[in-house]
Amino acid sequence: MSEIKIPVMADKAAAGETPEILFWVGCAGSFDERYKSVTKAFIKILNKVDVSFAVLGPEEACTGDPARRAGNEFLFQMQAVANIQVMNGYNVKKVVTACPHCFNTIKNEYPALGGNYEVIHHATFLQQLINEGKVSLKGGGEFKGKKITYHDSCYLGRANNIYEAPREVLEALDAELVEMKRCRTKGFCCGAGGAQMFKDAEKGNKEVNIERTEEALQTGADTIAVACPFCMTMMSDGVKNKEKENTVKVKDLAELIAEAEGL
Amino acid sequence: MTYLAQIVFVLVLAGAAFILSKRIKRIKGNIQLGKPLATDGHSSERLKNMLLIALGQKKMFKKIIPAFLHLLIYVGFLVINLEVLEFILDGILGTHRLFAPYLGGFYNVLMNVFEFLAVAVLFSCVAFLIRRNLLRVKRFYAEEMTSWPTLDANLILVIEIVLMVAILTMNATDQLLQVRDEHYTATGSLFFSSFLMPLFENMSTGTLIVVERFAWWFHIVGILGFAVYVTYSKHLHIFLAFPNTYYAHLKAKGEMTNMDSVTNEVNMMLGIQTDQNTAPAEVGRFGAKDVNDLSWLNIMNAYSCTECGRCTSECPANQTGKKLSPRKIMMDTRDRAEEVGKSLASGGKGLEDGKSLLGDYVTNEEINACTSCNACVEACPVNINPLEIILEMRRYVAMEESGSPASWNSMFQNIETSFAPWKFAPTDRFNWSQELKEESSS
Repeated sequence: MSEIKIPVMADKAAAGETPEILFWVGCAGSFDERYKSVTKAFIKILNKVDVSFAVLGPEEACTGDPARRAGNEFLFQMQAVANIQVMNGYNVKKVVTACPHCFNTIKNEYPALGGNYEVIHHATFLQQLINEGKVSLKGGGEFKGKKITYHDSCYLGRANNIYEAPREVLEALDAELVEMKRCRTKGFCCGAGGAQMFKDAEKGNKEVNIERTEEALQTGADTIAVACPFCMTMMSDGVKNKEKENTVKVKDLAELIAEAEGL
Repeated sequence: MTYLAQIVFVLVLAGAAFILSKRIKRIKGNIQLGKPLATDGHSSERLKNMLLIALGQKKMFKKIIPAFLHLLIYVGFLVINLEVLEFILDGILGTHRLFAPYLGGFYNVLMNVFEFLAVAVLFSCVAFLIRRNLLRVKRFYAEEMTSWPTLDANLILVIEIVLMVAILTMNATDQLLQVRDEHYTATGSLFFSSFLMPLFENMSTGTLIVVERFAWWFHIVGILGFAVYVTYSKHLHIFLAFPNTYYAHLKAKGEMTNMDSVTNEVNMMLGIQTDQNTAPAEVGRFGAKDVNDLSWLNIMNAYSCTECGRCTSECPANQTGKKLSPRKIMMDTRDRAEEVGKSLASGGKGLEDGKSLLGDYVTNEEINACTSCNACVEACPVNINPLEIILEMRRYVAMEESGSPASWNSMFQNIETSFAPWKFAPTDRFNWSQELKEESSS
């Protein structure tokens, strides 16, 4: 296999090139041990389909989403304005990200601060690749006959009405897609949105992620597919809490596609 | 004698109109306690939402049984109100069934349709009472469903049943009178009230007249009284659902409204020149502590809430035992607006009464439990947005009080110093690329 390419915007700009796509990695994709493998899987896919892309690398910074949801509008806007300056500086037109929170913020909230880009979540991007035949999955591969359930991320689903793209990606795997009782518009949160990821839950009688994991396990699926770093953490913790980590895997869409592609 | 009845009727009507107009003015004033909001055109899209969601009940049908029962009451309400017009004109003019001669045979059809709807409303109200009180549907039982909200809900159903019984009684006795006295306008046979005729047929004509008149007066005074009652109750959704769905945000649910006052300061701090060289508008309070910090739409949302609890029954925080209930947020907002409005009307201190929405009604524990998942917004049949109020309060706590939970303050600090919500060295941000290169070359 040829050496994997991870082009950085600054280098591309120095060479006078303007990549078509900016892959926005996000903080979880950069630092979180588990989610880094999603970033890597997605990079492998980008390499395979030979699309013109680059990452910001060390120039990327938090979009400000958790700060804004926790009420700190100053901090959010400081982050946003700085990021927009960087992206506008590179004349970025199209952004793809594997984080629904980054996706929502850049797509919906950066325009008010001068950042106007076409923003696509990786679920939609993968769906497009499949539709265009750029990723042709080997039918009857390792997922054939396996049950996969998809956990809707609130920031993809209700927040941005993206329900079908991730499901179409999973269907391409030739696996059996089984739905949880609460799905799509009624999808039950993993418990981490709205900056809950960064604090303990308030007092209650159950953790949200346990409630959701139980629902996912009830489907009898071997794989819980997610499309969000926070959902990934919450569902993985839930599966561990239920001591099912040996039989049930929590995987991101990009990981599943990369696996099916043998990448 | 007939003049006396007409005079009494006009006085009752005027009295109801007077009280109603005062109540409407008060509620309008309370809604206007909120901040102005740019509702940016898109009138055709807004109209479409209103027609689909308010008139067409689209979101109600996510729960099919209550949606069907509710539809019967709703259609009954809309159509039977046509008859109220005849009632009012009859009352003023001293006539009886004024429209009958003009409509001919169609009058009979119309009356039978009204009776059918009256029976349908009756049926639905009884079914709703059973769901509430015997089947005890879970979402009607929660901490915020204290004695008044529970009584309010039952009262509305009972009043509607009684009003429908009055219509049917009136029609039954009227039909008997039509046979005995040719002065009574013939309506033709009325299907549903005919079943009640045996109850009255042994009465003397004099008694029948009294019963018929009593039922007529009871129905129309009842409706006027109910109209006034509605303005004090959760039942206001019958009117406010329409403007509420019209003005509801059209943007993606995930988008939080930008605080332009903050943008001005951020631009100044970062030395960014903006087109607007105007001095920053006077910055009030950041976020919301009280109802006047919210937008008028937030407050109208609160008055539109009929406390059905679909939001709360979908809320992940509430369903796992946390204090947060989106319905309570809306009820608190309305109660506080009412409290302030009442105080202002009597020359009181209004907003300066030492109380506030956040603190005296809503606690930090409630707003801190929200995952911003938008389940409540999605669930609301009339497009109420509890999430926006919650997030505005978080803004107040974070920016005016620096009172966010300690772990959020650490997260803020991490973003400020490491540009990530976790405490990692910013220089390590791109380490994954080296890892990947090593992994794929090995």
